Amino acid sequence: MALALSSISALALITIFIIIQGAPIITEVGMFNFIFGMTWAPSQGEFGIFPMIVGSAAVTVGAVLVGVPIGICCAIFLSEFAPVSVRNFFRPAIQLLAGIPSVVYGFWGLLFIVPFIREHLGGPGLSILAASIILGIMILPTIISISEVSLLSLPRQYKEGALALGMTQWQAIRYVQLPAAKSGIVAAIVLGLGRAMGETMAVIMIVGNSVALPQSILDPVRTLTTNIGIEMGYAAGEHRQALFATGIVLFIVIMILNATAQYITRRK
Amino acid sequence: MKFKLLGLLAILTSLLTACGGGGAYARVIVAGSTSVQPYSEILAEEFVFLNPEITIDVQGGGSSSGIRAASTGTSDIGMSSRALNEDEMDYWVVEIARDGLAIVVNPQNPIHELSFEQLQHVFTGEITNWGEVGGNDARIHLIAREEGSGTRGAFEELVMADGQFITPRAIVQSSNGSVRQLVSSDPNSIGFLSLGLVDDTVRALDLDGVAATAENVISGTYNLFRPFLYISREAPEGATAKFIDFILSPYGKAILAEEGLIP
Repeated sequence: MALALSSISALALITIFIIIQGAPIITEVGMFNFIFGMTWAPSQGEFGIFPMIVGSAAVTVGAVLVGVPIGICCAIFLSEFAPVSVRNFFRPAIQLLAGIPSVVYGFWGLLFIVPFIREHLGGPGLSILAASIILGIMILPTIISISEVSLLSLPRQYKEGALALGMTQWQAIRYVQLPAAKSGIVAAIVLGLGRAMGETMAVIMIVGNSVALPQSILDPVRTLTTNIGIEMGYAAGEHRQALFATGIVLFIVIMILNATAQYITRRK
Repeated sequence: MKFKLLGLLAILTSLLTACGGGGAYARVIVAGSTSVQPYSEILAEEFVFLNPEITIDVQGGGSSSGIRAASTGTSDIGMSSRALNEDEMDYWVVEIARDGLAIVVNPQNPIHELSFEQLQHVFTGEITNWGEVGGNDARIHLIAREEGSGTRGAFEELVMADGQFITPRAIVQSSNGSVRQLVSSDPNSIGFLSLGLVDDTVRALDLDGVAATAENVISGTYNLFRPFLYISREAPEGATAKFIDFILSPYGKAILAEEGLIP
């Protein structure tokens, strides 16, 4: 009981702490100016995080575009087509993907993906695209395991009924099983979104961190998390408060994403 | 089970007290600027070799946090690679060396020299193509440091005129090492870093025809340099004073000079 409470109180403490630290600067600059301000220059007293909100949204959407198709196909393969021996190999292998430290993903991205983009597609290489690819890989375990579980938990009659009506296996998956497992799959995607949005270390290394609105996916951006990660060592006074305020915005977005995921899974 | 746990606790506690009770053992914590950090580490290594009873802990964190750590006493010495601002003036300060600020490009870049004005315009984002300064027709990839960094502060102070700012389009990296790594791998990039950290993976540009070398900083022809400061809350005593005396001794200065700094 006490232990259970301690985990909740840790959450409460963190929440209260970042609000106390971050709220003053938001009231001083104004909520609207803080969120929609285009200039981030703490040394000149400019605190606008809009370019970073765009940056976070861009890399997150990119990660979903990369990770979701691969993840769902993989889940379908594992739950419907894979022989037991293959499944027994793949499942732990995918879980292992989740166990790789994010700094390793970042380093790998910096050494392989970034130079590849720079040489073949142009731009500095550190870009939305690089971050999307890495994050897309990082959210695979979340998407695959949750989608697979929701496909496997469907009653057998769905598939058998569909096949008995003369559907091919592909039609059964496409028109019966996937729609039936929709809530689980959507929850998987939303949790993947949250994971991509919250990732910091890997993204700092490959996203470039420039505080300007990107013009293409080959441009560098800064996300909300990397803003905190890259500047916290040096920040003092208002600058530090502004980083906590960035944390508040991030916190709220991720809370909304997680709450949505829970709502979707419960609804069925 | 309970007794076992208690026994374990007792052993742990006695171990901890044993560690804490060492007689002449002293520990000095040095924290701050990541530009000064590598030099402090070299100095600390040499110092500890000569004075085995003292341990020196060198940590990064950046100039501002180094000054803060020294002011709160979290560290014995704070390292700063920028001059102190007005509300930081009350502390005890010593300049251990000067460091040149090098403008670096990839060795494959045909550019060897920029004028001061060109440099300003490159970093404000008015010049975006290497062709405009006599190089290849390629976009310039600017690499800067983050807000609050001592190196960025020094660059803004030494290079940028009033009202000029580094463009927000610049890529931001959080250490000298990652700036160098990035410049060494991207043929169209330009960045700035500590002169002492320039190696053969990057090339330091001449400014208005003056090469970025320690000699030119000493002779006053190369203007981009900044102080490396050690800060302490009060005048240092004991092990801390011993360490600072060592750095300011001819031997300490020789070590710094050998590493590329200007004592």
